[in-house]
Amino acid sequence: MFKKKWTVLLLTLCLALVAAGCGQKSNNGDKDTSSDGANKNGSDKVTVNFMHLWPEGVSAGQNKIVNQIITEYQNEHPNVKIKQEVLDNEQYKNKLKVLSASNQLPDVGVTWAAGFLQPYVEGKLFTPLDDLLGGELNGKFVNGTTEAYAVDGKTYGLPLEFNISPIYYNKAIFEKYNLEVPTTYDQFKQVVKTLSENGIAPITLGNKDRWTGSLWYMYLADRFAGQEALANAINGSGSFKDENLVKAANEVQALVDSNAFVKGFNGLSNEEAKSEFLNSKAAMYMMGTWELPNFTTNEDIPKEFRDSVGFFKFPTVDGGKGDINSWVGGPGVGLFVAENSKVKAEAKAFVEYFVEKWGEQAVTGAGVIPATKVDTSKLDLPQLYVDLFNEMSKASSITLFADVQMQANAAETHLNLIQSLFGKAVTPEKFSEEHDAAISKGN
Amino acid sequence: MDKVMSNKWIIALYVLPSLLLILAIVYIPIVLTGYYGLNKWNGIGAMNFIGLDNYQALIKDKLFWNSAGHSLLLAVFSGISLILYLIIAMVLSAKLKAVNLFRKIYLIPMLLSSVAIAQLWLKIFHPTNGILNSLLESIGFANPPAWLAEPSIVLFALFIPILWQYAGFYILIYYAALKNIPASLEEAAKIDGANAFQIAYKIKLPLAMEVIKVTIVLAVVGSLKYFDLIYVMTDGGPNGSSEVMASYMYHQAFRAYDFGYGSAIGFFLLVICLIVTWIIRKLTASKDTIQYS
Repeated sequence: MFKKKWTVLLLTLCLALVAAGCGQKSNNGDKDTSSDGANKNGSDKVTVNFMHLWPEGVSAGQNKIVNQIITEYQNEHPNVKIKQEVLDNEQYKNKLKVLSASNQLPDVGVTWAAGFLQPYVEGKLFTPLDDLLGGELNGKFVNGTTEAYAVDGKTYGLPLEFNISPIYYNKAIFEKYNLEVPTTYDQFKQVVKTLSENGIAPITLGNKDRWTGSLWYMYLADRFAGQEALANAINGSGSFKDENLVKAANEVQALVDSNAFVKGFNGLSNEEAKSEFLNSKAAMYMMGTWELPNFTTNEDIPKEFRDSVGFFKFPTVDGGKGDINSWVGGPGVGLFVAENSKVKAEAKAFVEYFVEKWGEQAVTGAGVIPATKVDTSKLDLPQLYVDLFNEMSKASSITLFADVQMQANAAETHLNLIQSLFGKAVTPEKFSEEHDAAISKGN
Repeated sequence: MDKVMSNKWIIALYVLPSLLLILAIVYIPIVLTGYYGLNKWNGIGAMNFIGLDNYQALIKDKLFWNSAGHSLLLAVFSGISLILYLIIAMVLSAKLKAVNLFRKIYLIPMLLSSVAIAQLWLKIFHPTNGILNSLLESIGFANPPAWLAEPSIVLFALFIPILWQYAGFYILIYYAALKNIPASLEEAAKIDGANAFQIAYKIKLPLAMEVIKVTIVLAVVGSLKYFDLIYVMTDGGPNGSSEVMASYMYHQAFRAYDFGYGSAIGFFLLVICLIVTWIIRKLTASKDTIQYS
């Protein structure tokens, strides 16, 4: 009897563990089938395959909008059937690579700009979409967004989102320690000092993912050396050995030394780092505007916290060449049409429709900032969102995320060097040298 | 029936389906991987035949040899931990109270998927609110390390869940091997006055030797090509201090878009595993296997 009880208990425990382990996965599975099922009506139609990365579990808002747009489109075009395939971000990237190696890309899919796009264009896998830009969508995009998707004068993707990266901060914590929003870098360092002396992690950073640390370096580089010097260094016409850029790298390590970043930041993922901020354990968090829903409309996060989130622009450095209205950011994902798609005309028409509808619905439904121009004055939007939206129109320049801008090989080196720089495994001088070497080597 | 099965053509016919599958899924890809390694290829566009350049670069690649060192260290550790598993299995195979319960407890990690284990240990190792550091702080360590962020300890911190993950598997194998030893041998030894240690060393160990050899190969080769927990928990970081060969291959192929180089690493990894297996077989080869019964 005793034995049997134990067996039952253990089996239950095992089951609980297994269930816990599989929870996430089976969730995703459900979503895939449900979104597939929603579109399985009718036959004898043209089928456009659409692969995207907004699973219901992770990006509920976007997923809903996608389904809405597809349903509307199918109602308006009864002969077209849009078949979705939904994957998570990382899996999506991997699958896209595998599919492209066997030349079986979906008719329409999601892509990133610049460096990500390049090999696909060189492999002649994406089709130019300039005809769409000249048509209905003419003048609808925010300046500087479609350019990031252009290779040799042709545009291969139409952007959906546009992001800049402010520093979000916890107003409640700032108030508690009588801190003011810093506008100069010296004030910023003072804020960091006060917070760390009081045992609060000043900045949360998930540098396991590396691009997160890259944001900090890029802002420092921008403020010390100016936007032009940074842009030139990244595109290879300048050099990372520029005195001010080395100074910026130095400053990263100085920040690390002053305990500005949360403990163990090089081992934390961005998600883990974010939860430090969401739990009010860290005072500041630099991230793209795609996080806005979490600070405005997401009901899963306590309202009290959401109300206490503010943002500020990266402060200027005394004697630095940067401008406070210069941002790091860039278009997020965009849509491509496969070159060897059998239904190219239908695919293009769908992309055109999608981009147009996305703009308006994304603002209200998902809280992301679209790459198309939207009149926000008519819409009822959270203040934080409107403020950032306005900042974007005031921006003096927007530098595209370094790892998106660089070619894959150089980007990988850049990201690894960022982690080493933060971990003090590389000197600022060596950091600059290796950047130059990687960029001049090309792919 | 015997007549049918002795016909060579019939045997060939029955073997054919799985042979074809294994050729298509395992051996042909291996050959292709070796071939891709001879090309400059970003995985998307056209391939560019460059001969042995990738392999030459690989030999000189410090980062690769670093990761190879980490893999080797893991192999050594999992080899050593086999001794511990063997001892545990011996204790479990004895007729003790609650042995059944412990056998089940040791098996549980095996039932978890790698990603679940990784998530679990990420929480344990969390620098500020992890169980481990909370515990250390409560017993007086003022500033416990951030386990997964310190280049000097991250590798060892990762070894713990990796070894823990496979403990149940090896204990199970050893347990089965020990249970297979006829009880009469043990009883005879007891009558002759052998103590527990002597029974373990002189009877159980030699009789389980064949199984132990297999597990050594499994553990070492498994460690050399190890990937999953490391990929989820640290992604080879920080600063590449937990990079192993398989994760380095993945990063080169899927992150840096260098499928040619990635394939070269993959092929080289295969060669290393084959060589190591061969060496282990040589070292552990005994002239004659012991048969007591």
